[in-house]
Amino acid sequence: MAVSASLAHGIHILECLRGASQGTGTLQALSLGHPPLARVSSALSHLPDSVSVPMKYGISEEEALHLGNLLVKHGYIYPLKDPRSLVLRADESPYRFQTPYFWTSTKWPATELDYGTYDPGRDTAQRRRPQDNYNLLHKRINHTWDFVVMQAREAAKQRRKGDRIVIDCQEQAYWLVNRPPVRTGLCVAPGGDGAGCTALAGRVMGRDECPGAGPWAKASPCRYLKFNEQYVPHDPIMSGCLPSNPWITDDTTVATPTKLRVERWAFGFSELLTDPLGRAQLLDFLKKEFSAENLSFWEACEGLRYGEQSRIVPIPRQFLAPGATRWVNIDSKTMERTLEGIKTPHRYVMDDAQMHIYMLMKKDSYPRFLKSEHCHSLNTAKKKLHRELGRKKDLLC
Amino acid sequence: MCDQTFLAIVFGPCDRCSREKPLRPVYIKSEQLSYCSICVEMMATEGLHENETLASLKNEAESLKGKLEEERAKLHDVELHQVAERVEALGQFVMKTRRTLKGHGNKVLCMDWCKDKRRIVSSSQDGKVIVWDSFTTNKEHAVTMPCTWVMACAYAPSGCAIACGGLDNKCSVYPLTFDKNENMAAKKKSVAMHTNYLSACSFTNSDMQILTASGDGTCALWDVESGQLLQSFHGHGADVLCLDLAPSETGNTFVSGGCDKKAMVWDMRSGQCIQSFETHDSDINSVRYYPSGDAFASGSDDATCRLYDLRADREVAIYSKESIIFGASSVDFSLSGRLLFAGYNDYTINVWDVLKGSRVSILFGHENRVSTLRVSPDGTAFCSGSWDHTLRIWA
Repeated sequence: MAVSASLAHGIHILECLRGASQGTGTLQALSLGHPPLARVSSALSHLPDSVSVPMKYGISEEEALHLGNLLVKHGYIYPLKDPRSLVLRADESPYRFQTPYFWTSTKWPATELDYGTYDPGRDTAQRRRPQDNYNLLHKRINHTWDFVVMQAREAAKQRRKGDRIVIDCQEQAYWLVNRPPVRTGLCVAPGGDGAGCTALAGRVMGRDECPGAGPWAKASPCRYLKFNEQYVPHDPIMSGCLPSNPWITDDTTVATPTKLRVERWAFGFSELLTDPLGRAQLLDFLKKEFSAENLSFWEACEGLRYGEQSRIVPIPRQFLAPGATRWVNIDSKTMERTLEGIKTPHRYVMDDAQMHIYMLMKKDSYPRFLKSEHCHSLNTAKKKLHRELGRKKDLLC
Repeated sequence: MCDQTFLAIVFGPCDRCSREKPLRPVYIKSEQLSYCSICVEMMATEGLHENETLASLKNEAESLKGKLEEERAKLHDVELHQVAERVEALGQFVMKTRRTLKGHGNKVLCMDWCKDKRRIVSSSQDGKVIVWDSFTTNKEHAVTMPCTWVMACAYAPSGCAIACGGLDNKCSVYPLTFDKNENMAAKKKSVAMHTNYLSACSFTNSDMQILTASGDGTCALWDVESGQLLQSFHGHGADVLCLDLAPSETGNTFVSGGCDKKAMVWDMRSGQCIQSFETHDSDINSVRYYPSGDAFASGSDDATCRLYDLRADREVAIYSKESIIFGASSVDFSLSGRLLFAGYNDYTINVWDVLKGSRVSILFGHENRVSTLRVSPDGTAFCSGSWDHTLRIWA
């Protein structure tokens, strides 16, 4: 079937299904874990007679899966569990119908204007400075600013929490279809040959962890500016260093860990880990939280990756065995895989577990550390220099 | 007197025709075989189907490259220098030579900083490798290698060892001792073995692994203790001249540049080439990652430096000027990535504004071509080595 014809069929099916599901009010009901395949094929076989749609009811499972997949890719249904991956899985994962407002068949151009009222940064952990985004947007769509502000106001109206969540999910799914992230192979070219675009966009871009690399991955120049702004104050050649540049003044006295250095730890988890002082501070903090074994495990895995093979021997006993003194909290699947891998040990056997623990520390302990650590450093810093921050300290601690 | 070895010629039975002949290494589907020269020719023409000639296949390859560039351009949003217009311009830059390290008897070819931000190791054409305390300009250790043209040297992250190599096709690791009486050369450990000269080497995050690049067109990852080859990287069509490791904590990639004008990004675990960039017009002499890890700069004999973005998968900036006609031999970023220092073969060092693409400053002082340039680990200064036998620290 040609894509357009199958879509037309798909739209018919959707309308029947939505009609059959007693209206829009129970969209959430549809999303309760029933297998979508079964749903689609059972719905197809129980269509009300009043709907006279010229199509066959008996379709094979394979075709149902393919059709369903197309529906998901074009944004008519979206997955709830793994929103960034627009594929139809033949298992229990829940899906929800997209509201007709956002259907691709409406052929509304997904313009900058609409994108302007949608804030992609809302659902990512890392928040960019809102002022920068705002200024950039203002510059780009200056000519229709009033319209955008009006739409944004409309969008920001207080709604019930349930409705707001649903609306958020719908919007996210819509923008995933219309502004696909550059890195994935999801590129659905509007009309025309999608194959070429998918093949190229699906190139492997490397195994770097890149948080929130959503639609903004396209705006790569902005990343440079942001990095520049963050790091220029720390660049001794650009901004000088305290107390003075040792090469110029021949003065090798090293300043005590400055506010600047502590600030740098807040830039990213890797900054904190690469600075030996920062790592020591993190270890102290984790000890207080009784999760110091995470950092020790990570360090042991690093040692294995870059060191001798024999370093693997103590790791399972100390960290992974069920009754171990320094047991690390890994999910069961990763634990199983790691224990299997240990039977044929090699340099990278701990990679999965190591990455899991790294992410755990990064998403969980690291933010807490920053909030508490700031309190700590503010306490030790000279009061007259940090009077202003002292006010913030009272609020935080 | 010196045991220089050049291209090692292996004699033996050919894997294809089983005749005893001089053999050449051949890679078929990532597997290494040894073919005699006749079988190499046969194999090269074997893959052709009817109506296909080498010329037609070449044309097809060129047209595919063109299409790839078109598709890349479609995904492109806006130019870096356009966005950079709203960033303030840099003021006048004054950088002077703060230290001059004299002691090499011949051209300085390579140098590296220690993590303690003051020690430096440098190597030269006469086979000498010297460890300096650059702050006091004292020499702390000196080793004489058995070969000349030591083109690569590196400091271990712990500061306890150095690695160097060159025309001897090997990379040797010397542990640094503080006992003046002990002969450093006695503790030498040969780690890497290539079939052509060693052009670059670097320790990974620890003292136990070394990554090397060689004139035989390959890069390789070695275990220092056992001397075992852990992974090899094939893909360059000519000598590999430089490499740099990605700065990320979870990073497992590195970039290499070669005489085939290509810069390639590799995954260290699998040995696969992840991305490749071919926009330079001549050999790439130096590659260096941008501090954030998602871009890298390259310096080439075509007198330009270029910035490649890994996520956008394309070149995003060219740093060139009509008045610069000599090749760039070495590049490095300042700590914030705002400045790019590049040493050229016309004895000068140009300082570029990375975002705006303009030249900020030009530094004179060397009396012969600048061969190597590295910024110190804390970003307070950079060191340049030159064919005028000296190293200079600028701040």
